[in-house]
Amino acid sequence: MNRINETFARLQREGRKALITFITAGDPSLDQTPALVTAMAANGADIIELGVPFSDPLADGPTIQAASMRSIHLGTTLRDIIAMVGEIRSRCPVPLVLMSYYNPILVYGIDNFVADAVVAGVNGVIIPDLPPEEGEHLRREAEARELALIQLVSPTSTPERMAKLCRLSTGFVYYVMVTGITGARRELPPAVAESLQQLKSLTDTPIAAGFGISTPAQAAEVGQYADGVIVGSALVKIVAEHGGELDLPERLGAFVHELRLGLDGGVRVGGD
Amino acid sequence: MNKPDERGHFGPYGGRYVPETLIAALDELEAAYDYHRRQPEFQQQLNELLADYCGRPTSLYRARRLEAELGIGKLYLKREDLAHTGAHKINNTMGQVLLAGRMGKKRIIAETGAGQHGVATATAAALFGFQCDVYMGEKDMVRQQMNVFRMELLGARVIPVSSGSRTLKDATNEAIRDWVTNVETTHYIIGSVVGPHPYPRMVRDFQAVIGVETKAQLQEREGRLPDVLVACVGGGSNAIGMFFPFLADPVEMLGIEAAGEGIDSGRHSAPLGYGSPGVLHGCMSYLLQDDAGQVQEAHSISAGLDYPGVGPEHSYLKDQKRVVYDSVTDDEALEAFHLLARVEGIIPALESAHALAGLKKHADSLAGRLVVVNLSGRGDKDVETVAALERGKS
Repeated sequence: MNRINETFARLQREGRKALITFITAGDPSLDQTPALVTAMAANGADIIELGVPFSDPLADGPTIQAASMRSIHLGTTLRDIIAMVGEIRSRCPVPLVLMSYYNPILVYGIDNFVADAVVAGVNGVIIPDLPPEEGEHLRREAEARELALIQLVSPTSTPERMAKLCRLSTGFVYYVMVTGITGARRELPPAVAESLQQLKSLTDTPIAAGFGISTPAQAAEVGQYADGVIVGSALVKIVAEHGGELDLPERLGAFVHELRLGLDGGVRVGGD
Repeated sequence: MNKPDERGHFGPYGGRYVPETLIAALDELEAAYDYHRRQPEFQQQLNELLADYCGRPTSLYRARRLEAELGIGKLYLKREDLAHTGAHKINNTMGQVLLAGRMGKKRIIAETGAGQHGVATATAAALFGFQCDVYMGEKDMVRQQMNVFRMELLGARVIPVSSGSRTLKDATNEAIRDWVTNVETTHYIIGSVVGPHPYPRMVRDFQAVIGVETKAQLQEREGRLPDVLVACVGGGSNAIGMFFPFLADPVEMLGIEAAGEGIDSGRHSAPLGYGSPGVLHGCMSYLLQDDAGQVQEAHSISAGLDYPGVGPEHSYLKDQKRVVYDSVTDDEALEAFHLLARVEGIIPALESAHALAGLKKHADSLAGRLVVVNLSGRGDKDVETVAALERGKS
């Protein structure tokens, strides 16, 4: 069983929600990424997404764009990131998901990418610019090697399309809460609860929601309706602001801890 | 020539590589386009606008002095530079803005490189009363100041893009991000035969008027098909517009990319010649990229050709060997820019000057033949760039 599925199954038994955190791999440097991953896992992140930097990240807001550029300027490649995942795996069991635009994977070679990623210990992939219609080859390979291929569902997805995406998604379904790009939002869109409930009626696959969650309170709010919440830009911002400081892992860990408390507290408030 | 297929593929190229948020909008656009293009009322309105407002058909002019200078049999210029706003771009924006109105959209966005597409979009938006925002790289805003001012005169807001190369590629990223955010109210008018399906097909269809007219005009003048068609290729909309109606005919075609400071310098915009297949801005096509799949910056003196990708149909036509693609340098384009001004009294856009330089480069094989070059735009916008460059050199 894929580690992502195991994690959601365990959390469900415990009556808790998944905290999924994102940072861009190679920011502030690829050497530091393992320590940041370990710190997030130790402070309550259940699943960690590692962003693969791309020159043209058209689904991302300014925060992740800038992180991507910093990483590219240091020469970070998908190959380096996969190698680094191998290193993380030797000391930390947290499920790891690569979030990459399609072109770096295409250039790497689909078969080789899936094989190398799985051997290194990658558990899932999210490709924001690869709709299932264009991703049949990758899906076949991923299925054969039990690499989760996580599909994104958006507020503009039609009901038929939602059903299709839920059916094809493995690991979890990624619900994009806003029509827009990644980044912090002051307020969450009003229809989130309704959309998530609709989505839940379509599938037994766990649903995690992201795009716009940046505070423990927002995590708690969304956690009432989703099986997991995804936080990215808020963490990437901490890396951007404190990238040169020795206590970066502790700072990042402390914020993940706050998110964890918010999410667990929120569930208690809404539960029972 | 049943391309693209129903999912927008030209062989392995094209397709739809976009965030899920845009899928519904692309489906809606495709359905609206397929419906309205078959409506006589839509075609009639478009044809009237193209005739009365844009000045179509543009003339097919025999450039006798240039043909003598280059030793070409017979040389015609398809005068897209004479279309309203000074380039072929208006053919596409007229079609798309009519569609946007029928889809109930209130706002138009566009990306622009040289500013010609931005001006054509701002013009169409002004004519139909749409709010209009145009994304333009900061570097391009400097080298195409006059077009920035023109867009503003036309009531558009020009939004500077400071990320990445600060040219067309990054302007396109920003336009797509805007569209993802405002997709329900906004129509995105892509300016070339790039982007996700249905754009490459739709823009091609709107630009095909160039080739359709050329075919009829040449038939009237010469009673036959041309031997060779020549056009510059950035994204490739003027080229595909000229080539497409001739694809089934025994006509040779030559597409000219920008070799910038020279292919060996690495500073060029010739993905068909020197790139490899990849995905950028929603479609699979030839692309300038490094070994890790990062898109490389393009370089050209011509802002309209300064783009690391190219339309997917061109990639297909290259692989099929239906069209020959070559490239000319900044210097060769500048020489052709001067040549046309001097011997024909026409100042071409720097983009179109690449097609003319291609003529010169291939002059040996064009001797005695009937050739049509698509003169895609006028050069007023480039006069300052060229003047500054030459002041710097002297």
